[in-house]
Amino acid sequence: MLPGVAYFLLFHYGALVGNVIAFKEYVPFDGLWGSPWVGFGNFRRMAEDGAFWDAVLNTLWIAVLQLVFYFPVPLGLALLLHTLTWSTVRRFVQSVAYLPHFISWVIVVALFQQVLGDTGLLNSGLSGAGLHTVDIIGDPDAFKPLVVAQVIWKDAGWGTIIFLAALAQVDEQQYEAAAIDGAGPWRRFWHVTLPAIRPVVVLLLIMRLGDILSVGFEQMLLQRDAVGPQAAEVIDTFVYHQGIVGGDYGFAAAAGLFKGLVGALLVYAANKVAHRLGEQGVYR
Amino acid sequence: MSVSARPGWMEKPRPLTQAAKVLALATVVLLVCVPFLVIVSTSLASTQEVVDNGGWVLWPSEPTLDAYRDIFDGGIVTHALGVSVGVTVAGTLLSLACTVTLAYALSRPGVFGGRPVLLLVLFTFLFPPGMIPSFLLVKELGLLDSYASLVLPVLVNVFNLVVLRGFFQSIPEELYEAARLDGAGDWRVLVSVVLPLSKAALAVVGLFYAVAYWNSWFYASLYLESDHWPLQQVLRTYVVAGAGLTDATTGEATVTAPQTVQMAVLVIATVPILLVYPFLQKYFTKGVLTGAIKS
Repeated sequence: MLPGVAYFLLFHYGALVGNVIAFKEYVPFDGLWGSPWVGFGNFRRMAEDGAFWDAVLNTLWIAVLQLVFYFPVPLGLALLLHTLTWSTVRRFVQSVAYLPHFISWVIVVALFQQVLGDTGLLNSGLSGAGLHTVDIIGDPDAFKPLVVAQVIWKDAGWGTIIFLAALAQVDEQQYEAAAIDGAGPWRRFWHVTLPAIRPVVVLLLIMRLGDILSVGFEQMLLQRDAVGPQAAEVIDTFVYHQGIVGGDYGFAAAAGLFKGLVGALLVYAANKVAHRLGEQGVYR
Repeated sequence: MSVSARPGWMEKPRPLTQAAKVLALATVVLLVCVPFLVIVSTSLASTQEVVDNGGWVLWPSEPTLDAYRDIFDGGIVTHALGVSVGVTVAGTLLSLACTVTLAYALSRPGVFGGRPVLLLVLFTFLFPPGMIPSFLLVKELGLLDSYASLVLPVLVNVFNLVVLRGFFQSIPEELYEAARLDGAGDWRVLVSVVLPLSKAALAVVGLFYAVAYWNSWFYASLYLESDHWPLQQVLRTYVVAGAGLTDATTGEATVTAPQTVQMAVLVIATVPILLVYPFLQKYFTKGVLTGAIKS
């Protein structure tokens, strides 16, 4: 037990305490504790920084797009897989669909470049057919749909696991009883399937909401240079570029702390709402 | 081939619905498989073929291993591969050891300080410390440019911990009691009773750790000098960011097209995952679910 506890104390709580840097002006020579206090100065700077709010806006946009376009995909795929009675095919499709989850973002981004980049699969097909080529990877306007597509490709299959599990727990007899009562496939879906997976859907929605300010740090960082910060800067990459690259540690930590606090608050609020609606939520 | 019988009450599906389903599933499978095929094919194609085809090949007419030979001639990629393997193996073992002991302690009722420690751990899930303080901590601990900086800051993962704890709790209490009556201490119970029963959970958690270590590049870019980089970070520089592959990368004068070498590096970075994946796949659902239900 001790090594584990020591790890959490040092690398989580130790680092958590390190957040005091958000209230300081970091001077490398003086170190974390010797640097002078500046009160809420870093936060004031943050509030007045246009680039920071651009990053917040980008973050929220991407999060909303993911919620609308990504979230239903694993659910739909799970429902589809659930209706398959041929178990060999079902297992095969599942195995293939889970796989991209285990591939690193570096490789996923490289894959997308190979397929959609200006010399990639799609464009050599287009130019071969005598059509105009499209530069999807380097186009700032295409960036947001692109990253959502990448998330779907990478994680939609993996996301089905939890829905499939919820579906598997539905008692077969309920379907049978409904069928005998004359309910067709759609009515059975509406009255048996949906109520069964509702708690899981709510749970995942809450967890997404808490995570709404963290949209794929690695994914954005890898592709930010191709389309520029205007389109691709999110809060996490903002923190990275201000702090690690720019050396403005206090300012960057303030932005990070802001994100952490808002995230924790969102989970708390979403959980409250879930309880109001009579759902279990993440915790009691 | 097992075609499980459709239950008697279920009506025969209409051909149109059936066709739509098949189409949808085939699309899913193709979307995943085709990019991999292109990468493997391109890495195996001859320089001439890649150039003729504009940078990629769907099916090489004369497969050659030139690109792989170039890479393994010693150079950045060979070295990076060694780093990746070392960090993955050492990191996974260390992480498993720490996670197992902590999860075991937290799974037994009446352990001194169990409840507060559990809350302490779960809180970090809700409120992670943040990038800048973590970076400064690693810096102040003097871990910059050491391989420990890739392992220690991510030693225990809360999700994996919860999965293991849930699994340990699902072991029947009678087994613990029987072991105790036989005079087994905590360590003995853990090693001879709990661990052998938890192979599925250990496999899943071990895989999660191994994949995380294998795939990680960001910490390397933060903490390490470029000549100590693991494979993924090298991949990032030479494939994603598009830096030119020089002779130093591959050890000797490159005769192959840059694309084939890039694709070969991609393949090398992916293959270990493809190798362990089929063996562990059957445990996923079980392992993930114990975690999901408990949390």
